[in-house]
Amino acid sequence: MLKLEARPQPSQAMSVASPLIALAITVLIGIGLFVLLGKDPVRGLQVFFVEPVKSVYALSEVGVKAVPLVLIALGLAVCYRSNLWNIGAEGQYILGALAGGWVAMQATAETSRWIVLAILLAGVLGGVLWAAIVALLRDRFNTSEILVSLMLVYVAEQLLAYLVYGPWKDPQGYNFPQTITFATVTQIPRLMAGSRLNIGLLVALAAVVLSWLFLFRTYRGFQLQVGGLAPAAARYAGFSSRTALWTALLVSGGMAGLAGALEAAGPLRQLTPFVPAGYGFAAIIVAFVGRLHPVGIVFSAVLMSMFYIGGELAQSRLGLPKALTGVFQGLLLFTLLACDTLIHYRVRWKAAARPVAAPTTATATVKEA
Amino acid sequence: MESLALLLAATLNAGTVLALAGLGLLVNERAGIVNLGAEGMMLVAAIAGFATAVHTGSDVLAFAAGIGAGALMAAAFGVLVIWLNTNQYASGLALSLFGAGFSAFVGIRYTQEKLGPRPSFAIPGLADIPLVGPALFRQHPMVYLAVALTLALAWFLYRSRAGLVLRAVGESPESAHALGYPVRRLRLAAVMAGGGLCGLAGAYISVVYTPLWVEGMTAGKGWIALALTTFATWRPARVLLGAYLFGGVTMLQFHLQGEGVEIPSQVLSMLPYLATIVVLVLISRNPTWIRINMPASLGKPFFPGG
Amino acid sequence: MNHPVSKRSLFKLAGWSSLAAAAALVGCGKKEEPPAAAPTAAAPASAPAAAEPLKAAWIYVGPVGDAGWSYAHDLGRKEVEAEFGDKVKTTIVEKVPEGADAERVIRDLAAQGNKVIFATSFGYMEPMLKVASEFPDVKFEHATGYKTAPNMRIYDAKFFEDTYLAGMIAGSMTKTNTLGFVGSFPIPEVLRNINAFTLGAQAVNPKIKTKVVWVSTWFDPPKETEAAQSLINGGADVLLQNTDSTAVLQTAEKNGKYAFGWDSDMSAFATKAHLGSAVANWGGYYKKTIKEVMDGTWKTERTVWGVKEGQNDLIKVSDAVPEDIRKKVDEIKAQMKAGTFEVFKGPVVDNTGKERLAKDATGDQDWRDKIDFYVKGVEGKIPAAK
Repeated sequence: MLKLEARPQPSQAMSVASPLIALAITVLIGIGLFVLLGKDPVRGLQVFFVEPVKSVYALSEVGVKAVPLVLIALGLAVCYRSNLWNIGAEGQYILGALAGGWVAMQATAETSRWIVLAILLAGVLGGVLWAAIVALLRDRFNTSEILVSLMLVYVAEQLLAYLVYGPWKDPQGYNFPQTITFATVTQIPRLMAGSRLNIGLLVALAAVVLSWLFLFRTYRGFQLQVGGLAPAAARYAGFSSRTALWTALLVSGGMAGLAGALEAAGPLRQLTPFVPAGYGFAAIIVAFVGRLHPVGIVFSAVLMSMFYIGGELAQSRLGLPKALTGVFQGLLLFTLLACDTLIHYRVRWKAAARPVAAPTTATATVKEA
Repeated sequence: MESLALLLAATLNAGTVLALAGLGLLVNERAGIVNLGAEGMMLVAAIAGFATAVHTGSDVLAFAAGIGAGALMAAAFGVLVIWLNTNQYASGLALSLFGAGFSAFVGIRYTQEKLGPRPSFAIPGLADIPLVGPALFRQHPMVYLAVALTLALAWFLYRSRAGLVLRAVGESPESAHALGYPVRRLRLAAVMAGGGLCGLAGAYISVVYTPLWVEGMTAGKGWIALALTTFATWRPARVLLGAYLFGGVTMLQFHLQGEGVEIPSQVLSMLPYLATIVVLVLISRNPTWIRINMPASLGKPFFPGG
Repeated sequence: MNHPVSKRSLFKLAGWSSLAAAAALVGCGKKEEPPAAAPTAAAPASAPAAAEPLKAAWIYVGPVGDAGWSYAHDLGRKEVEAEFGDKVKTTIVEKVPEGADAERVIRDLAAQGNKVIFATSFGYMEPMLKVASEFPDVKFEHATGYKTAPNMRIYDAKFFEDTYLAGMIAGSMTKTNTLGFVGSFPIPEVLRNINAFTLGAQAVNPKIKTKVVWVSTWFDPPKETEAAQSLINGGADVLLQNTDSTAVLQTAEKNGKYAFGWDSDMSAFATKAHLGSAVANWGGYYKKTIKEVMDGTWKTERTVWGVKEGQNDLIKVSDAVPEDIRKKVDEIKAQMKAGTFEVFKGPVVDNTGKERLAKDATGDQDWRDKIDFYVKGVEGKIPAAK
């Protein structure tokens, strides 16, 4: 029978191959699904893997979708590496959009172009504020950050609704729930004509580099991760878990808030109850599929965006239902998690059911990465 | 007075969904496993239950199908996290995502199906007591079952030998392993039992609570159930209380709106979530309380012989 | 989470890199290309052969199977298919979020050669306006909005007419003189419906009051159930909703109260509680539009159809409704069809006692667009209203 056997060393070949195998399995299941639905599987794969990247415009749309995912996931990766489970990035994103949007609404025709900077800064502050509630309650009262951050998502949604239905409602908007359209001067500068891609892309790429440096080249980043991995060791080394708590949560809140402000003053141009588009939750998956590594997050965010856009295209090109996208995303994540096992274990044929050789604790923990 | 009694009745009904799922997740977490896939399991169970009810007309079979679907999903999750040692949080999220997509996908042909009127229930004699009668004794049997399950689970965890073993597996899998218990198989059993209960909650939603199928119909109830376990410091009776409390605040905010209270509905809609945060703070401000009750190995993988 | 700070973690990522490298390279290589080329690239379909079908696309905010709003629009699309057969090719995209994603979906549909695109939710207004300026040859149709362009027009329905008829029935069937309304969002359209429902009921029963509960969603069956239950607990015994599922109707059935179907025929979901279904038939407008696009007579305008044009109707009125009330409803319906009945006719007084429409004045389109109050008899205050 098939048995898993621990490898003495995590397999480097497998760590490269695992995402590819996972993708291959997902594709195979996908082909099966397409055939089952009576659709041409080649055409089916095309809409998910070719059409979203086949032209500059299509690629730029992948970018538009991926930028918020990358920003939020980078922040979450810092959190998760510190063993802090912020799953309320969606709420922090909304607060960022609210704060950034508020600044954008103050702009008039005479306002300087630099207001964009203020908008983004306000966005960061909004996200930081929302995450600070989580950090404060965790720090002072030991309240679970998973639950508080999640509950605050619902609160943020209602806060947004209250503002756009009430005090911030566009007086000329026929009582529809929307703010005024922001003045042109607040538009986040676009990278090229004819595309919605804006400097958010550069901000996201800079954030990738910065968070890589922070995580792997700074003492503070090192402290955070040690605290996440081995709290006892961190205490022994004199690393403050409180500092780690605040840093990780505020960084992730700020990143989500930044993404919110970029979205509000970028493609949206006004606040409506539809600001939350699920980026905060999707970014959790992006962070994990990217293995909590800044570069990995970029690739997984791009793949995730391709799936989203492919899901739209599958409807308009092939008449397939939207639900298929969710099935694919879930499958990919499942198979990836399963395939990652192969980095640390190998599959062996065994005649008898012998107990699995125990991996050492060291390799075992590395496994989780 | 009468409106209070009715509020109570609605609260019990709304709380039952949360209680069933919350108790299931409690069983998981008592064994040391956090399953963020509750929402996915509930959705798949909801469509499984609904489809079964449509085809067979039997609620009992529908609940069984829901339990089966939930347990099956949980088993897939369990094999991943227990044997392949994948990250519990990520695997749970994958389960949620897959469950939402899969249920929507297979449910397409059921969106226009309808179930006939569900029979009403009344406990003879008691149901006719003024005020409290209709509130307490005219509920769907599942409402009483949730209470019974809570008591049974409390007995199981704290009074039975098997419950002691389960808690040991969650507290210290290494010691349980050293004592010769099959830790991984026990954990899988707990995960599947928990999935089954989440499945029962899902089927209750689509067959009884709102007898219809639409995709995404659990609308976040799985996440609330997840919050309940911590809220309840992993005690069954408190899960039930927490479920009723959350259901009660939800119904109360609708009640206040209906009475024309001059508070913006958006602010009222925040109430259940703000109330949850406040109670969480009150509970967890005493760290020893949490530490005493929280299964020590919660969320951590276990390597036999490690 | 162990993350060895090493080249190995980078090496791991090579798997991902190889995956996306191709895409990235393609992206870099093509950067010299004029970016605007992409959307127009798919335009050559502008000189279609005579036999080529007209491509039309619909964008829905909910799942097609919601039994409510999106479902009703899709029934309209199916009428188009039935009417024009091979001469049209229809496409749908469901569950499109009303934000940044909508713009991409609309642009893609236009680039794919669809000659007319229907966006069926308010939140698509701004994105559609943006895309409309890029595709002058494509006709854009937006439901429930207020902004137009040379190639974008708007259409809406007079839901307040069928809710008024529903109100008449509700007013005669209630024993508690209390009606309940499960509201989605306090936008003018929904406020019009709440007011029309109340006015209709008051026309047959002056003692009527209406309780309103907002659920802040178009579609969340358990929440709709809970809202309906709390209205019933508060004494309401006839309910109406403008949310999209059958949950409110089913909750009324369970409690032995009355309610109405909304958007589509929901009579099968509750045999006893169902008093009638306030339906929208979008097919008529869609067929007219397709014909205009084919004939080249399409022009920007605002279409708001109601009972008169067959756009709205109250159907499947229950046998439980007394004969004389059914007669009265039929009379008013006939007047609506003849165009002689106005739902909003002065004096209209709001629930703070302020006169909103003077005696004998009628609420015109602009008045109806800006409605922001509850009429007398509706309890409470509009959420977040100043």
